[in-house]
Amino acid sequence: MLSPNTHWNKTLLWAMIGIAILFILERTLPITIVTNWIWHLLILGIGYLIFRLPQLERMRTIVVAVLPLIIINTIKDLLKIIYLPLYEQIDNYLDFAIVFSIAWMIAMLLRSNKQNRALKKERQKTLAEEERNKFISAQKEKLELIVEERTAEITKQKDELMHAFTELKNTQSQLIQSEKMASLGELTAGIAHEIQNPLNFVNNFSDVNTELIDELSEEVEKGNLDEVKTIAKDIKENEQKINHHGKRADAIVKGMLLHSRSSSGVKEPTDINKLCDEYLRLAYHGLRAKDKSFNATMKTDFDKSIGTINIIPQDIGRVVLNLLTNAFYEVSAFANSSKEDLANLASSEDQYKPTVSLSTKKTKNGITISVKDNGNGITEKVKEKIFQPFFTTKPTGQGTGLGLSMSYDIVTKGHNGKLKVESEQGKGTTFTISLPLEQKT
Amino acid sequence: MKILVVDDEQDVKLLFQQRFRKEIRNKELHFAFAFSGEEALTYLGELNHEAVLILSDINMPGMSGLELLEQIKKNFLKPPPVVMMITAYGDKENYDTAMRLGADDFLTKPLEFGILKEKLKALL
Repeated sequence: MLSPNTHWNKTLLWAMIGIAILFILERTLPITIVTNWIWHLLILGIGYLIFRLPQLERMRTIVVAVLPLIIINTIKDLLKIIYLPLYEQIDNYLDFAIVFSIAWMIAMLLRSNKQNRALKKERQKTLAEEERNKFISAQKEKLELIVEERTAEITKQKDELMHAFTELKNTQSQLIQSEKMASLGELTAGIAHEIQNPLNFVNNFSDVNTELIDELSEEVEKGNLDEVKTIAKDIKENEQKINHHGKRADAIVKGMLLHSRSSSGVKEPTDINKLCDEYLRLAYHGLRAKDKSFNATMKTDFDKSIGTINIIPQDIGRVVLNLLTNAFYEVSAFANSSKEDLANLASSEDQYKPTVSLSTKKTKNGITISVKDNGNGITEKVKEKIFQPFFTTKPTGQGTGLGLSMSYDIVTKGHNGKLKVESEQGKGTTFTISLPLEQKT
Repeated sequence: MKILVVDDEQDVKLLFQQRFRKEIRNKELHFAFAFSGEEALTYLGELNHEAVLILSDINMPGMSGLELLEQIKKNFLKPPPVVMMITAYGDKENYDTAMRLGADDFLTKPLEFGILKEKLKALL
């Protein structure tokens, strides 16, 4: 199939050949009148074509420009043939009209030229825009490729992170378990000591009762009834003591088992003061057993009006134990560091006395448990991070850095309470647990 | 002989009363009890350190037995009471400190009442 261009080329070639033949004929033969008419008709035909064919739309302005000239020339020639006298009569006017139409033509051509230039400019603009669009779409494609690569990379990283996260979660639960075990280790020593005391009583009172029973038989032999009654009363009293201390040891062991077991998660009415007292003893003896040179004064100030409150006892117990262990650690570290400074002071009154105070208090909406030490205190920087997991000021290997963060979770998430810390450099630190009276279940 | 027993465990009182029932009945020994170092000092101060023998636990909340020992040896000189220390932690440091502060004897828990009786009889 021919392209429009070749089609036109061919047509134009034929037209040019035709024109050339006509031209030669006009010059060689006296047929100007005929050729003139052919020219006229051709020009008119071209004009007609230009108006009819859409692809020649751009030429229309030119036709409009030259049309008056063509028409007047045609009329002139027409008149020459049809009515010569009229022609001669209006020849001057026609010449005038020709001048006019030439002027018209020039004006129109100028205008069309201007339009063409504007059009050309427009076309260039369009071309530039197309170029730009092309460039942009190329860029876009490139970008899309990069985005795809990045997305793949990110997805991969996300997967890796998810994996790491799962691993971290596992490690965390393992660490929590080992933190529990660590505090259990601290407890064990304390517990051993705590059990020793009631056991001593059990053994001693039992020994005494054996003696008393011997005495009882002697007195029965003698018939000394009053003495028999007294001894029997004593035996009963001792028996009650044996029972009491046996139960005490039992409760301690049960407490230990509770602590090692995972939290039951069940809130039950608990005597806060009793719980605090138990864990204070455990914490103290635990530390004592580990470091025999350690000694600290323990002060307690229990608000007797507290009564019981609904908590998970082993969880809050763990928090109290953790705070106390930290407090004892703090005062003992401070005592060791200030030993040299204070060695010169002769009076014992001026000497540093490591003191840990544990107090409970009933408040308007609940209760508070405060653990106060007179250690070195903590800096603001430490204070900010103190409840963060894995944050520890202890030397490597001595703390998991989970004690306080676990405590924080137990108090805030588990009991809707608050755990706050206040500290003054050189004077000590106070941790306060606030628990609301009404526990949401 | 008047003996002051200092221990934060309340039942120590009954235990001593039972263990030394014969001695108490025969009025060989008199027992007084204090449940903290502070209480012991108050007792000694009020009764013009009547006690000639003091048996004190070392590990007590508040004033420790060692602090009490120091106070007694410093402030109650005429006649200086005999002070025996009792502790569950019979470690060397505790022992050395007690001895340095002037303790007359050092006993570890659980108490052997037979031995304690021998020691008290020797003092009588």
